[in-house]
Amino acid sequence: MKKTYKIDVDCANCAAKMEDAANKVNGVKAASVNFMALKMKVEFEDGVEPNEVMKNVLADCRKVEPDCEIFFE
Amino acid sequence: MNEKQKQNLIRIVITSVIMIALNFIEADGMFRFTLYIIPYFIIGHDILIKAVKGIRNRQPFDENLLMAIATLGAIALALYRSGDYVEAIAVMLFYQIGEWFQSYAVGKSRKDIADLMDIAPDYANMENEDGQLEQVDPDDVEIGSVIVVKPGERVPIDGIVLEGHSTLNTAALTGESLPRDVEPGNEIISGSINLNGLLKVRTTKEFGESTASKILELIEDAGSRKSKSEEFITKFARVYTPIVVWAAIALAVIPPVVLTVMDSEPMWGEWLYRALTFLIISCPCALVISIPLSFFAGLGAASRHGILVKGSNYMETLSETKTVVFDKTGTLTKGTFSVVAIHPEKLDENQLLHLAAHVERYSSHPIALSLLEAYPNEHDDCHIENTEEIAGRGIKAIINGDTVCVGNARMMEDLGINWKPCEHSGTIVHVAINGEYEGHIVVADTPKPHSKAAIKALKAQGIRETIMLTGDAKAVADVVAAELGLDQVRSDLLPQDKVSEVEKLLAGKRSEDEALAFVGDGINDAPVLSRADIGIAMGAMGSDAAIEAADVVLMDDDPFKIATAIRVSRKCLRIVKENIWFAIGIKVLVLVAGALGFASMWAAIFADVGVAVLAILNAMRCMYIKAQQPETVS
Repeated sequence: MKKTYKIDVDCANCAAKMEDAANKVNGVKAASVNFMALKMKVEFEDGVEPNEVMKNVLADCRKVEPDCEIFFE
Repeated sequence: MNEKQKQNLIRIVITSVIMIALNFIEADGMFRFTLYIIPYFIIGHDILIKAVKGIRNRQPFDENLLMAIATLGAIALALYRSGDYVEAIAVMLFYQIGEWFQSYAVGKSRKDIADLMDIAPDYANMENEDGQLEQVDPDDVEIGSVIVVKPGERVPIDGIVLEGHSTLNTAALTGESLPRDVEPGNEIISGSINLNGLLKVRTTKEFGESTASKILELIEDAGSRKSKSEEFITKFARVYTPIVVWAAIALAVIPPVVLTVMDSEPMWGEWLYRALTFLIISCPCALVISIPLSFFAGLGAASRHGILVKGSNYMETLSETKTVVFDKTGTLTKGTFSVVAIHPEKLDENQLLHLAAHVERYSSHPIALSLLEAYPNEHDDCHIENTEEIAGRGIKAIINGDTVCVGNARMMEDLGINWKPCEHSGTIVHVAINGEYEGHIVVADTPKPHSKAAIKALKAQGIRETIMLTGDAKAVADVVAAELGLDQVRSDLLPQDKVSEVEKLLAGKRSEDEALAFVGDGINDAPVLSRADIGIAMGAMGSDAAIEAADVVLMDDDPFKIATAIRVSRKCLRIVKENIWFAIGIKVLVLVAGALGFASMWAAIFADVGVAVLAILNAMRCMYIKAQQPETVS
């Protein structure tokens, strides 16, 4: 399953760090961040609950970039 | 400006004012330190907080942490040595100015491009039971519903006009500024603006499948297909910061230790200062922001000209194009044929045309349309059955009990019929009844008005070869090719031959770095579009297969747009390369100078912030790349 989320982040380097962090979260098959469009595209593993996974994605992204926001739910 | 940007701007102004004021105040020792530490905290407190978070989250190469270490280090050195706090505060101040500018510039170009692409309306007007107009969510409009488009509004969903006459402005979709007249029965596409009349439209697609929504989706997805340059930058950024930070540590420790061993003055303070300049240059921001921004702006500029490039990677390949292969019909020529001569054997001219038109009744092939146009009242009481299309040959049907074959010379040969050649240049349509040759009809296609200018402009841009592929006979193809100034022609090709021709050309490329583009009208050439390095589909709005297969979609069918597309991609890539060389070059230069003690913190600030600002300004130029006009190509 693929979903696109709106995000908020200040700098391009931070967006790249978010992408790295999101890709390491369990349940995420592949994630890509488009800084210019402020969107995060996430492809989930089969049988996971996207919102549960996204909570972890946000938590891990906050670790690399405290200022970031991902709009899910 | 958003709230955050406003606040940061206020902090920048206050700090600058205080710094200027402090210039006139004489102070020493701890009093001086206290005076200067106030602006430092005003401008840098958020960085310090983020730095602490960075430590807590074990992010040793966090840029905030590095900036905090660099400035606090400089303050410590100043306290211990010179009392010159200005440098440390200036580093922080300029860093914030740079960040502010980045955020402002990116926000602005994001908005500009969004405005450019503001083509999908967020409502549709529908009549309710009382005959009143009601605004509804376009997502809820089902296929076949009737919507009303008022003057001044954008068409939300693709459909067919039921009632009303008007003119439509399709500039946002096709880049074509000439308004288009519509009347009942015409198809209209979403995203165009209704200029003057009220239109009632029966929708033929869902909102999400409509042209405007498709275009937006394409543009938003374009950024996620990354180019080689962007991948290089991502990899570079990943190793750059750690290398510079380790180099800074080495610079702070090794030379003093070596000097001590050699019994000379270790100069710890001096080497620490040089190490701190390294930390300031350690953020790859200028590159990381300006490269995607250049591509984003370039994609935006292209779409303003009616050219959709489906990703930054295609932008890059497009710029490397050396060979352009064209499909003929519908691409270089209008694709609308007209009958220019009729040469019957026994029948009279009208009878021959009559039969041919009957056979072609159900075909949508351009030749069929021209025959139907030449024989307008084709639907008479003749009995037509068993119509059968033979690909690359022609059509066979039974008319009033007679088997009539209409097609090219190859079809006649397959049937073992002796056909006669014709002195006319054009496509020859042979007609046979029950295996007897009955004569031929000549139809011809004319080049589009901008085709010649397009080929010329491509040549001027350094495209080495222009090649035309066509299913037409050699005589016809050669005439068109000579008129347009193409380098090579391959004629008499069946649809599947086009793929193998393109494969042959791909195999014959001089190097891996040059690209071959194929341009087609998206009908029947999807396999070729996907086989070429770059597939360009023109006038393909509405043909999902072509949009899917192509890498670049031209929204109208003007061949000159091919030259414009390549021009935009070349300029965009040149700006990208300028930024890569400029940013890396300045950084390396200042790093070397810093290590040798020739660069102060001021130079380091320039290498970090100044370079980022210049790179961003340069990247924004991509948004304003202009198209050449076909009339000016001589």
